[in-house]
Amino acid sequence: MSELTGEPILTLSGVHTHIGQYHILQGVDLVVPRGGLAVLLGRNGAGKTTTLRTIMGLWKASSGSIVFDGRDITKLATPDIARAGIAYVPESMAVFSELTVRENLYLAARNGPLDEARVDWICGFFPALKKFWHYPAGNLSGGQKQMVAIARAIVEPRKLLLVDEPTKGLAPAIVQSLMMAFRELKDTNTTILLVEQNFNFVKTLGDTVGVMDDGRVAHAGLMHDLVGDDALQQRLLGLSLDSHQ
Amino acid sequence: MSATLPISGSKPQADAALPAAKRDLAPLLLVPALALAVLPFVSLPTWVTLTVAGLAMGMMIFIMASGLTLVFGLMSVLNFGHGAFVSVGAFSATLVLLPMRNWLETDSLAANLGVLGLAVLVAMLVTALIGWAFERIVIMSVYGQHLKQILITMGGMIVSEQLINVIWGAEQIPLPLPSSLRGAIFIGEAAIEKYRLLAVVVGLIVFAAMFLTLNRTKIGLLIRAGVENGEMVEAMGYRIRRLFVGVFAAGSALAGLGGVMWGLYKETLVASMGSEVMIMVFIVVIIGGLGSVGGCFIGALLMALLHNYAGFLAPKLNLVSNIVLMIAILLWRPAGLYSKSRG
Amino acid sequence: MLIKLLSGDLPRSRALTVLLLVVLLGLLLAPFLFAGARPLNTAATICVYIVLVASYDLLLGYTGIVSFAHTMFYGIGAYGIGIALASVEEPTWGIVFAGLGLALLLTIALAFVIGLFALRVRAIFYAMITLAVASSFAVLASQLSDFTGGEDGRTFSVPELLSPGFTLMENEVFGRAVDGKLITYYIVFFGCLLLFLFLLRLVNSPFGRVLQAIRENEFRAEALGYRTVVYRIWANVLAAVVAALAGALMALWLRYVGPKTSLGFEVMTDILLIVVIGGMGTMYGAVIGAALFILAQNYLKSLMGQASEALADLPMLAAALHPDRWMLWLGVLFILSIYFFPIGIVGKLRFRRK
Repeated sequence: MSELTGEPILTLSGVHTHIGQYHILQGVDLVVPRGGLAVLLGRNGAGKTTTLRTIMGLWKASSGSIVFDGRDITKLATPDIARAGIAYVPESMAVFSELTVRENLYLAARNGPLDEARVDWICGFFPALKKFWHYPAGNLSGGQKQMVAIARAIVEPRKLLLVDEPTKGLAPAIVQSLMMAFRELKDTNTTILLVEQNFNFVKTLGDTVGVMDDGRVAHAGLMHDLVGDDALQQRLLGLSLDSHQ
Repeated sequence: MSATLPISGSKPQADAALPAAKRDLAPLLLVPALALAVLPFVSLPTWVTLTVAGLAMGMMIFIMASGLTLVFGLMSVLNFGHGAFVSVGAFSATLVLLPMRNWLETDSLAANLGVLGLAVLVAMLVTALIGWAFERIVIMSVYGQHLKQILITMGGMIVSEQLINVIWGAEQIPLPLPSSLRGAIFIGEAAIEKYRLLAVVVGLIVFAAMFLTLNRTKIGLLIRAGVENGEMVEAMGYRIRRLFVGVFAAGSALAGLGGVMWGLYKETLVASMGSEVMIMVFIVVIIGGLGSVGGCFIGALLMALLHNYAGFLAPKLNLVSNIVLMIAILLWRPAGLYSKSRG
Repeated sequence: MLIKLLSGDLPRSRALTVLLLVVLLGLLLAPFLFAGARPLNTAATICVYIVLVASYDLLLGYTGIVSFAHTMFYGIGAYGIGIALASVEEPTWGIVFAGLGLALLLTIALAFVIGLFALRVRAIFYAMITLAVASSFAVLASQLSDFTGGEDGRTFSVPELLSPGFTLMENEVFGRAVDGKLITYYIVFFGCLLLFLFLLRLVNSPFGRVLQAIRENEFRAEALGYRTVVYRIWANVLAAVVAALAGALMALWLRYVGPKTSLGFEVMTDILLIVVIGGMGTMYGAVIGAALFILAQNYLKSLMGQASEALADLPMLAAALHPDRWMLWLGVLFILSIYFFPIGIVGKLRFRRK
């Protein structure tokens, strides 16, 4: 983790989240270094989505602290957290079906009109966007919606991207496009925190990795250390990650 | 479908091989269908008179109902006290209309419209302010609790009706039409009441304004997105709460406008006018689909046209025409003409 | 034995028990405690409203359904009796039961259809639809004047046993002549008592518990295997039938039916106010709430009138305290209760006990 430079961009310390009577996050400690791609792995129900939602303020942490770019955002309201420079791509993608692709992106561009050059760059790895530019986003296929959701998050430069299981249910060709997109994004100054269950997708992309279990981060370290250590993989994820799709 | 007419206001790309955007035009056709279906049964001049009367009434109800449906679609808040804004708007207008009675008595259309315009402005300002206050103080605390919302907003309506009686007295206040708007113009043999014509024009302007705002402005975009998924809009950095308050206040102002127009239409003001008209507003909102402005528009026109046609052709049936229409539409589309994705 | 009578639903608060006893005894002995027609009328109204509100509590408090059609059923019961008795020369018991029977049939049919409709629509929709249906019904009732007497309603005579002229015994009992009025009062009283105990039994039975489960979390109830639709329809029908019976009793007492007293939006508002202020989901809330409400409605208003006159110099204030503005203060109390006593008076009393 310390191989990547400087202050971590995001630090979670002892974060607990309760939803109703359920104690989902039970003391999450997570450090996301600046400028890389951090991966959050774990079984279903381990608390990965809850972690992202808590960072985003959609669920309030009951205790602990979340520091982003030197600022304590634990108690901030969601719009303010977004304005601090975090973009969120939820598991459900949440594209606005009644709005066209163009309108979805336009809404995401808080600071003014769409940057033509940037949009062209995005369409470079998501060509379908250009094709469906004036179509209601609800008419698009699952994979295309995922592209819209990610395009929305990056239509303006952001400091941190939170992405929740982008490859779920997508065809391999689309997964390839996503991989290319994330690679290109890594070259810009954007840090990415990616929640995934598809280990194959992340093992070449990720720089650091955290594995969650039962509402805590059970293991944190460098990705290539985890990739090289089959025994560790078995222990953490219960089965050999090579077969983990 | 969306909080607008189903036309998305954009052009498809050059390659026609792409799937066209679904356009749900069937409900739109109901209005002319109804009008034409009645044509064989009445003489043409009568048809014209009835149709204009229906359109005018429909426009007024649409204006009153649009705020309610938009607020529900955006905030999931059902304001059972919406009728209060109708009454308050109408009564506030008297603050202008009564002192400036002389201007209303002259035959100058300009003078009459000027005073009306001022009255409407005052009414809308008052209702917007009260709406804003009501949202912040009362509604905000019962977000998400539908039962409490219904009860509290009903309570608000009762209190406001009584307060109107306290402030303006308990008797009816007569509100004669301005002189240049009394009577009718004749096209051939058809008599078209001048005031109703004005109502149709105003209604179309309001609808056009709403349509343009929702489809061509960023705020409209925010509202349409917010109706679908408010949480995501927040996660994109927008303080949707402020939007809520704004929409609520705007909805209340529209109710106020509708109230002024309705009061002039009935030529009488009574504190319970809001609750009396609310039944029709609710039916229209149900028919149109909660959250759909376009559906509300069509629903209002349908209901008002049916009311006028039935009133002429089958007066006994007129009592139940609203309910019959509502049941018929719900049997066809259980969530209303255009239901939101939240259904 | 008392516990069985109350179906195990004890007041659970000393203060509440006292209040309930006071209400019960007051109503039981009303004809002998108070002289004159007005107190007796108030007492009869309280009895009927207790049952009317309690049946609404079944829907709102226990099943979580907001319906505005309740007064419609109340009206149907009342008009059933009223129209039947008004259409004949000789009011007999046969006619009474015939009218009642028809009214109940209509009630069950309507409640069933409306309940069935609840399947297809959301709660908010349902509330709005019941509002629309009920107000159309009210319009219908006032328009079909040949049948229903229109806006003015209809008066009618009741079977001989119940008519004021009839006397059962020669002598007075405790200062009260044992006449038709007295008999009618006790029919109303015991009828309402029975209906109330029935409702109490209903909400404390397994059926009632399922209703509460549905109110709390419908999804879960379905998952547990209960066909919530069936239960809700049953709740709808039962509540409607009790309301109709209450309406019938009221009609017998007043010997009059009219849209204002039986169908108006005012009655629905009154019910809502009482059930919220008294305490939703408690049944006893209806008792305390109705008693307080009707008493206040009858006697507080004159107080307001006096205050209003005394303040004649301050027009706004005088207008605000005018007895016609009684609803204003009720509305304020209503809103305050929703905020500060969401559990109502009964809830507050019970809470304190703990």
